Amino acid sequence: MAVSFRFDPVTLPPACEALRREVRAFLADARASGIWAPAGDFATNHSPAFSRAIGARGWIGMTWPKKYGGQERSMLERYVATEEMLVAGAPVAAHWIADRQSGPLLLRFGTEEQRQEFLPSIARGECYFCIGMSEPDSGSDLASIRTRAERVEGGFRLNGRKVWTSHAHRSHYAITICRTSPADGDRHAGLSQFIVDLKAKGVTVRPIKNLAGNLDFNEVTFDDVFLPGNRLVGAEGAGWKQVTSELAFERSGPERFVSTFRLLVEFARRVGANPDPRAAEALGRLTAHLWTLRRMSLSVAGMLQAGETPNLEAALVKDLGNAFEREIPELVRLLAPRGSRSGGNDRFEETLAEAVLHAPSFTLRGGTREILRGIIARGLGLR
Amino acid sequence: MTESLVTETAERLFADLATPEAVNAAEAGTWPAELWNAVAEAGFLDALGGDAGGTLDGLGDAVDIVRAAGRHAAPLPIAETMLARWLARRVGLAPPEGPLALAVEGPEDRVELRRIGVDWQLSGMARGIPWARNARGLVVSTGAAVAVVVPVGAVIEPRKNLAGEPRDDITLDLKLDARSVAGAPMDADAAVVYRLGALLRAAQMAGALEEALQLAVTYAGDRVQFGRPIAKFQAIQQQLALAAEQVAAAGVAVASAVAATGSSDLAFAAGAAKLRVGEAAGKVCDIVHQVHGAIGFTHEHRLHQLTRRLWSWRDEFGIESAWALELGRLVASQGADGIWPFLAQR
Repeated sequence: MAVSFRFDPVTLPPACEALRREVRAFLADARASGIWAPAGDFATNHSPAFSRAIGARGWIGMTWPKKYGGQERSMLERYVATEEMLVAGAPVAAHWIADRQSGPLLLRFGTEEQRQEFLPSIARGECYFCIGMSEPDSGSDLASIRTRAERVEGGFRLNGRKVWTSHAHRSHYAITICRTSPADGDRHAGLSQFIVDLKAKGVTVRPIKNLAGNLDFNEVTFDDVFLPGNRLVGAEGAGWKQVTSELAFERSGPERFVSTFRLLVEFARRVGANPDPRAAEALGRLTAHLWTLRRMSLSVAGMLQAGETPNLEAALVKDLGNAFEREIPELVRLLAPRGSRSGGNDRFEETLAEAVLHAPSFTLRGGTREILRGIIARGLGLR
Repeated sequence: MTESLVTETAERLFADLATPEAVNAAEAGTWPAELWNAVAEAGFLDALGGDAGGTLDGLGDAVDIVRAAGRHAAPLPIAETMLARWLARRVGLAPPEGPLALAVEGPEDRVELRRIGVDWQLSGMARGIPWARNARGLVVSTGAAVAVVVPVGAVIEPRKNLAGEPRDDITLDLKLDARSVAGAPMDADAAVVYRLGALLRAAQMAGALEEALQLAVTYAGDRVQFGRPIAKFQAIQQQLALAAEQVAAAGVAVASAVAATGSSDLAFAAGAAKLRVGEAAGKVCDIVHQVHGAIGFTHEHRLHQLTRRLWSWRDEFGIESAWALELGRLVASQGADGIWPFLAQR
């Protein structure tokens, strides 16, 4: 058993820095004109107006072919644009899933008809997707899902229930994974992905209030929903392979370690330019960790750009990154006692309260820490 | 971890000569002459380069070499001699052959060079100098001045670190003539030398961390309890996954600091790397020892050659808390809204 993970160093090309300046200038202008205000992280701050505005600038679907509304830019350019938006606390939630996952899924496995139908409107920031994976009885054990699609005249009939489906109540479509044949023998076989129109007859979306009091995720029930045959994504029965092929994209980005970055900024604002030694130590330590995580994450982006599938490296980034974004509130609260209250207009207090309340979700969404560590253990040859 | 030609060469050399037996013999007090000669003949000691031009083009190679040395717990002042030779050349002084001791004025030590007429007075005390007792010469970096002292000419009090490596205290009270002293440019003053020392030590640690993880993974696959290899237990898998995360972070921190060219970038990156690797060391040592059980707590297994070094090295060239303080002040001075722009260009 040989330990074999690899993080090739990456240097951002000059085009990335020009783009970075553009994005920063846009964010500053748009904020001044009231299009957005910082709040929450990538999963909570939802604004169609913002998504349309950045779609108009070509910052959604940046890496996609021009004929589908993309810009044919590199993964590293996409990385820079997204990190600038995330650290600013910009409202990216509306287009986030379509940009990061659904669009690339259709590009890779979708039909030409599907690409033409969905990609250009996604890139314009007008068409929003969510992902139907978890079910009441299936969380980390995705292969155990029971939502099923049966073949009927002209397509499929969908029955079942999904939960924790972020922004289903504000999205147009849900990429839904379900069983199209029973799990006999190979439980990873017989799963398929569909584009489900959330306005279709038989779809019920019920918001579920989360711990922080927000209505971000939902229960989605499918009751004899008719799916036209042309809404099947990729091959029937290949759903497991299709889902797992995209994990490195989903798990390695800046959204896996900057969720509480704005708290670090507000902490720095509170302690000022000449902090006491305890505050300075915390600031220095957290910054060194953030620097390391960003270099790891950029390295994965570089490998993705080179066409590799660094799933092990992505799992390392996500688990380490989630622990970091959870540690920020735990550390700064000790240095600014009684800070986690809401209702005032103190930005530090507001940000700390939000970070504490959202922190439990960091190590659940996109793969729990236990699942990630299992993937890492497999990468080490232990299982 | 891209395998460079330098890495391959160094890996082979240390695997052949820095054997667990040789490391133990060194700890017992035998100078590993054969290993030293091989390192010198391979040209490793001049890997940093260093002429009047003074670029650090060789930093990547130097880091690869000391990383390999760290994997094998090579008991020699390789990083120190590299840095001392580079510094002497950088200021136009001839470095003596053989192992060198390096004393850098920094947070821990005060060393002073004072002009007395045409000569110089070198005084002060420096603690924990690697292999001062074996060194053929001493290179001192203080403020913007460098002195080369042959032979070492200090009062040496022999001490050891946790791994039994010589870490001697030296007291300096010497008169030097002008040919032994030179002014250092900004990119080779004591602060820069200290940061380079931190980076090279971090690289050694990254190597030792990789090897410690590899030993634990191998051991978990071999050791059978309850009828199966302990690698099959989730409790062990999850712990080793955590160790792997730390080893990965350590490797990236070092590689990223190497990529940070120019001394102003190094001001953040070297310290950040040393801090990050130092934290990884504590966590990884904890886990690899737990996985090894009692055998890892003995001299019958070589794990201790790595972990005792890691526990020592994390204290050298800046303990984590010292770097955290320095970096924190640097970051705070950017202003809250300056933190991201500061990081984004690194």
